[in-house]
Amino acid sequence: MLDDLTDAERKALAQCRHAILGADRPLRLDCGVDLGPYRVAYQTYGMLNADKSNAVLVCHPLTCDQFVADRHPVTGKDGWWESLIGAGKVLDPARYFIICINVLGHCMGTTGPQGHDPSTGRPWNLRFPVVTIGDMVRAQAALLDHLGIPDLFCVIGGSMGGMQVLEWAATYPKRVFSAVPIACAAHHSAQNIAFHEVGRQAIMADPEWKGGDYRLHQTNPARGLAVARMTAHITYLSEQALQRKFGRALQNRDALGFGFDADFQVESYLRHQGSTFVDRFDANSYLYITRAMDYFDLAGAHGDVLANAFKGTTTRFCLMSFTSDWLFPTRESRAVVHALNAAAANVSFVEVDSDKGHDAFLLDEPEMFRTLSGFLKGAATVRGLGSVS
Amino acid sequence: MAAPIRVDLQLIADMVEPGTRALDVGCGDGALLAHLMNAKRVDARGMELSQAGVNACVANGLSVIQGDADTDLRDYPDAAFDYVILSQTLQATREPRRVLEQMLRVGKHAIVSFPNFAHWQVRLRLVFGGRMPETASLPYKWYDTPNIHLCSIDDFRALCRTMGVRIERAIVLNSTSRRINLPPLLANLIGEQAVFLLRRD
Repeated sequence: MLDDLTDAERKALAQCRHAILGADRPLRLDCGVDLGPYRVAYQTYGMLNADKSNAVLVCHPLTCDQFVADRHPVTGKDGWWESLIGAGKVLDPARYFIICINVLGHCMGTTGPQGHDPSTGRPWNLRFPVVTIGDMVRAQAALLDHLGIPDLFCVIGGSMGGMQVLEWAATYPKRVFSAVPIACAAHHSAQNIAFHEVGRQAIMADPEWKGGDYRLHQTNPARGLAVARMTAHITYLSEQALQRKFGRALQNRDALGFGFDADFQVESYLRHQGSTFVDRFDANSYLYITRAMDYFDLAGAHGDVLANAFKGTTTRFCLMSFTSDWLFPTRESRAVVHALNAAAANVSFVEVDSDKGHDAFLLDEPEMFRTLSGFLKGAATVRGLGSVS
Repeated sequence: MAAPIRVDLQLIADMVEPGTRALDVGCGDGALLAHLMNAKRVDARGMELSQAGVNACVANGLSVIQGDADTDLRDYPDAAFDYVILSQTLQATREPRRVLEQMLRVGKHAIVSFPNFAHWQVRLRLVFGGRMPETASLPYKWYDTPNIHLCSIDDFRALCRTMGVRIERAIVLNSTSRRINLPPLLANLIGEQAVFLLRRD
């Protein structure tokens, strides 16, 4: 399963661990397809303690990956959550065994559309089965089984990562001691599906996409993928943040150009976001992962009553949202809190005041760190993990 | 060792059996929650209106959500808690009777503390001063007070009778926060605040 890797996958797998799973017992996907064998790439920090009680699973969002706290093998950039994870940080590898798993359908080493169908030996591309958040979580659970990790002290993640946290808590309540879903929702809203659809249409409208078989044709739908990224990136920022950062400032010029170059700084910024994204992300993968988010509907999977997803749960929850996040607004987190209350669950909920939009959860937000640190401290005490230094 | 807490909070804590489940509605800075957790091993949760208060509580390891006594108790299932606590907040709710009903639905017991509007100082200020009373337990001007449904100890007892709620304990404190044991008529005059332990009948 290690032939025919993309360059990005090869670099990624050289810098993280992986496991081949499902050879004997394939993964039954929500779409009905049995997937196996499949590869799961993951990164770990710190050591599992003797009684295996200190494992923390970090679930990554759409465009991040398992390199949560070390230099990225493709981009060379710092880990995407190094503000949170590292020596002396809220999640300290000296204390916790931190694991981050590249999700199913992604493009950094775990099986996805860029791989090959083991039954035919042909590239999957759009023949790869559509995966769901539930499938991603079941693949993660299979990896933890493989690693002999019975349960998790904490499952934490933002955005799509938060959806995985909710799915974990609903599907494997006994394996989740505490759960921290940040800036997310129990289902993807119509508006969010709409934005994703614009991104997917941009990719599929690129003549180099070739019905998903661009590798076969040695083409690259980079322009479509860049436009998808540009659209999505707008949804990650708040109006205030865009105004503060760019306003109507012009890019490298004193006057309007009366043309269609990037006159404004905000245009130039978005073009940069788009063009750098295509170096590290696969276009088909983008279709699959956005689809997984669109399909997420936790209440729908539990008789349309969200509280049923958490019935009898003993997991300790801490939810967080950000005031200027319009992609996953506070009311979405509050709906989850209401459902958890209806299940009489142990839940904390903090709305962090920030003007940085959805992206705030990836940024330096002291109030988020204080909240997390306090919540984990309380949970660690109950778990008997010893005092926090 | 648990740090000492306010006298009325200590009285409430004394009414809570160790090892039980409690919800503190309007938990403020979480002092009572922390005390219940640490000194009595209570599975204590909180609800607080101010987001700043919530954030401070959670940062201290307490399980607290932002919520409103008037609207958010209805989310919880019946008998989810052994105790639902409302300290010094009932008089600030829009529908105190509904809040009490919800507390006694969600909790097997309710613990309520409130300032007594029939305290002699209040009576004097209104009758002889001719102005809205301002006292230690009612420190607000009439135009900026959050207290929109003030009552006396006797008013509260009457409401309990109307609602068919059993009063398991009632503690009345004077203006120096000392417990007083007087017949109801006098208690309603001398008491500055009261703490009630209630149960559905």
